[in-house]
Parts: sequence; C-alpha cells; structure tokens
Amino acid sequence: MSTTFTPSAPVRNADVAKSLAGRRHIMDAAVRWFCIGATVIALIFLTSIIFTLMWRGLAAMDLTIFTSEFRPTTYGDPTAEKGGLLHAIAGSLMMVALATLIGTPIGLLVGTYLSEYARGSKLGDAVRFVSDVLLSAPSILIGLFIYQLVVLPMGGFSGIAGVLALSIIVIPVVVRTTEDMLSLIPNTLREAVVALGSPKWKMIILVCYKAALAGIVTGVLLALARIAGETAPLLLTSFGNNVTSGDMSRAMASLPVAIYQQANSGFPDLIAIAWSGALIVTTGVLLINIAARALLRNRG
Amino acid sequence: MGATAPTPPAATVRGSSGRVGDLVFEWMCRSAGILVLLLLGGIIITLFVGGLPALRQFGAPFIWSTAWNPVEGREQFGAGIAIVGTVVASVLAIIMAVPLAFGVAFFLTELAPPWLKRPVGTAIELLAAVPSIIYGMWGLFVVVPIIQGYIQLSWLGEALAEIPVIGFLFASNSFTGTSLFAAALVLAIMILPFIAATMRDVFDQVPPVFKESAYAVGATRWEVVRNVVLPYTRTSVVGGIMLGLGRALGETMAVTFVIGNANRIATSIFDPTTTIASVVAMEFPESLTGSLQQSSLLLLGFLLFVISFVVLATSRYLLRSKLKA
Repeated sequence: MSTTFTPSAPVRNADVAKSLAGRRHIMDAAVRWFCIGATVIALIFLTSIIFTLMWRGLAAMDLTIFTSEFRPTTYGDPTAEKGGLLHAIAGSLMMVALATLIGTPIGLLVGTYLSEYARGSKLGDAVRFVSDVLLSAPSILIGLFIYQLVVLPMGGFSGIAGVLALSIIVIPVVVRTTEDMLSLIPNTLREAVVALGSPKWKMIILVCYKAALAGIVTGVLLALARIAGETAPLLLTSFGNNVTSGDMSRAMASLPVAIYQQANSGFPDLIAIAWSGALIVTTGVLLINIAARALLRNRG
Repeated sequence: MGATAPTPPAATVRGSSGRVGDLVFEWMCRSAGILVLLLLGGIIITLFVGGLPALRQFGAPFIWSTAWNPVEGREQFGAGIAIVGTVVASVLAIIMAVPLAFGVAFFLTELAPPWLKRPVGTAIELLAAVPSIIYGMWGLFVVVPIIQGYIQLSWLGEALAEIPVIGFLFASNSFTGTSLFAAALVLAIMILPFIAATMRDVFDQVPPVFKESAYAVGATRWEVVRNVVLPYTRTSVVGGIMLGLGRALGETMAVTFVIGNANRIATSIFDPTTTIASVVAMEFPESLTGSLQQSSLLLLGFLLFVISFVVLATSRYLLRSKLKA
C-alpha cells in the first residue's frame, strides 16, 4: 500500500503571492476598521445617553426640584404649583446610606474570610462562588425575597425592607473588591507583623486593612453607585410615597422609583421632572464611579 | 498561601487575649461567609415556597403554558410567554453585543495608541455604571422613536418584510416601536461593557512572547488575534459572554420600558412581548397578597433564578482559570 503525499502546491507565481498578501492585508484592514467602528459606536451610545439626559433633564431643572415634594400634574392648569423631587431625594439618601452602613461591614468580613482564612478551603470556595453569583443575580429577585421575608410579615411596604434589599446588593460588591485588594498584599508584610508577636486579628485590622484601604473604599463607592440607581428591588420593597418622611416602617419614596412612576405617568410636566431626576441620579452615579477609579489609580 | 499566625505563648495574659481575639474575629468572618450562603439558600427557598400554591394549581404545564389571565374567578397562569420573551431577547442581545464587544476589546488591547487607551477604557466602563432605569428612559424616548420612524414606518421596514422566507420575522401589526427588537438592542448596549471588559482582561493575559513570535513570522494583527489570542483565551471569552447573558436575562427596568409588555409570543422582532422580570415588575406591586397571581409571579421569579443561576455558574466555571491567575 502506498500512500501518496501531495504537498499543497507551492506558490510559484509572484502575482498569486502578491494577491494573497493583498487579501491578507485587506482582511486585516477590514477587521481593524470594524474594531474602530465598534468602539466609536459604543462611545456614540454613551454620548447619546449623556446628551439626552442633559437636554431633557436641564429643561425642568430648577430649585423647586430640590425644595418641593411631589405635586399632581400642572397640565392644563398654568396657575398650579410645580412639584419637585425632595421626597424622593431624601428617601434615596436615607435608604442608600443605611444600606451601605449595613452591607459594608458584612461584605468586609466576608472578603477578609475569603482572603485571610479560607484560601483553598471548601467552605471558602463555596462562599466565593455564591458571592460572585449574587453579584450578577437579577436584582428584582432580591426584591421578591425581601417582600416575602419582610414586607408580608410587616403588613406593607416599608423603608426598612428597601434598606435590607439594597444592603444585600452591597455585600457581594464589597466582598469582591475586599478579597482582591487583600490578596494583593505581599505575604512578607503579614509575616513581618506576626513575627513581632501580634495576633492575627490585629495583623488584619491594623496592617492589612490599612494597606488595602484605598481598594476597600473603592469597593464601597462602587457599591454605593450601584444601589443609588437600583429600581426593581425598591419597587417591591419600599415602593413609593409622595411626601418627605423619615419613617422607615412605612412606604418610602426613592429617586429611581419616583422617576419610573413619573416617566410612565403620561403627563409632559411630570415626565420632564422625571428627566431631571434621571439627570441627578446619573450625575451622582457617574461622579462616584470616576472618584472610585481615581482613588484606586492613585493608591500607594 | 494564607499567612498563619504562630501559637502565642499560653502563659501570658497578652497571649490569651490574642487567642480569644483571634477566635472571635475568625468566627465573625466565617459567620459572615455563612450568611452569604444562607442568603442564596433563602432566596431559592422563599421564591419556591411562595410559588408552591401556583405550582400545585397548575403543575408542571405552568412552565410552557401561554395562559395569563388575572381576572378573578377565571385565573389561569403560565410562564411560556415570559420565558420565551426572556430567552429570545437575551440571545438577540448577545448576538448584537458580542461582535461589538470583541471590536472594543481588540481596539483597546491591540490597536489604540497608549494615550487613547485609558480615556476610552474609562468611557466604556462608565457605560456599565449607568443605572438600568436610565437605559430604559433613553430607550423609550430615543431608541424606540428611531425604530418606529426609521425602520418600521420607512421603506426599510417594508423591504425587510418582503424578504422571502424570513420576511415574517420583520412583519408586525404593531407600529409603536416598543418591541422585542428595542429590548434586545437596549440590552445589547447594557451588556456590551461587561463582555468587552472581560475580553480585554483576558486578551491582556496572553503572554507577549506568543504574539511576538507570530508577528515575527509575518502574521498580520488579525491573524495574530485569530490564531494566537482567541485560541489561547477561548474558554474565558465564552465565560465573559455567559456573564453578559446572565445579566441580560435578569435585567428588569430597561426592558420594562421598551418591550411593550404585551402578553403574547412575538413572531416578529417588531412585536411587543414581555419577559419574566418585566412581568414581575409590572404586576407584582399591584397583585393581591396571597392571590394565585402573586404566587404565579413568585414561581416565575423562581424559574428566572434557576435559569440565570445556571448561566452565571457556567460563566464562573469557565472564568475560574482567569480568576485564579
């Protein structure tokens, strides 16, 4: 049995070689332009969002947005007083601040556990995996969970329920950055502290946290930015309210939910107020994000 | 790898306080970790228990039934429409987002001059930070009118509907612009930065010597990416795409604004339909406590959890090597 081996015909003709090289370069150029195009398209989306927000949001932006509460539409009644978003801004600030206060310590401890105590342990792997899944899990399901757990037993929507839902969203964000930042600390630093006779908990709190501080703060800021714009879980937990209130046991207004309700109201003046709210939320979220990234870049 | 604390001398007071402190702190950390596990378990159990009455009433056919009738006395619920809407919208979004995300990642790792990398990279990351409700409003007031005016009501829409065999995919009786396509497009823009960021990170991990060798034998940039970078990073790239899919499946507010929330299966990409998350967001706050409707919505939530858990878990599994590095 003889096997015939036919080598692929070598390219002898200089013209063919040239056209092949030409085809390769055309392909390369095409892909290059496609990639530049894709990046430009992505940037156009971002610019379009920001310009739409500015254009529509600034139209109704004035002091009453910050100083007055919800008022019914002024549509068809030019003498009626224009409403604002004070109730929603106050509610959002309270709930976001409390949720961060509750979620941060828990996330910090979990991140510490993963980095300092549970490297390679099965429980640690499970916690890391679950935390990563929660990081991307649909936030509306967290709303349903808190509805069943808190809203139903309490007999109604409440600010507390909103705070709990948001704090569950904070935890995995803080866990991720805390673990990442703690694992960047060189082990020689830990060994040096332990060699001085310090117990492990002091080593972690006084040295590791200090070394990872910028990263941990970044994580908290990112979590803050994330929950400031969360709408779906609040819709099922704190719902909404048309007056400024500090009563956490009752339904509580929040900026995202107020935007959602007014944007869908069908009244042009309320929609304009919703756009102002959208501009406020987005400005806040993007500024916090930029600050967080700048902090991380300048660490050390 | 973890630093281990030496056993402190037992006799001294400081030593014993250190040991107690260590024990307390370690258990605080461990309990916080266990709390995270309990949270996930709690979410699964509460959704399932809440959905039990609906499951008892309708049984397994709930999953594929297309009925949805909240009228009292004739209540009939099924997840079919919402599941199809969720999956189709997310898959369409992935089809649109992946080429763009690849382009952005390739641009950022291979093409962009150093001075351009950081600002463009930051801009793409900011795209990921924009709250979903903002995407929803932007989609409703900017994207939807464009789809309605420049595609559906123009020669383009008619031409698309005339295409043989697949024309029905573009022919719709609804000309509002709020549609499956609008939802998929907005979702694509939302998940693009997540997929692009993962791709960029894994592209950056390819050892430079591999790429340099390929360049040295005369490969073009595209050939280097296709024959060196992509084979090397294939698993992580798929993991990044699954991560984007997981995000798209559970996205609520952006979709609720633009999908039209119609209770029917879309036969054309310009038909309005609905997804699990938007049915829950639209109907749950108004449903009666303990009603069959509320139970059905919780069961829908349970199904969404199962679907996105599987996708996200796969994504983590595929990305594990990248995370360890």
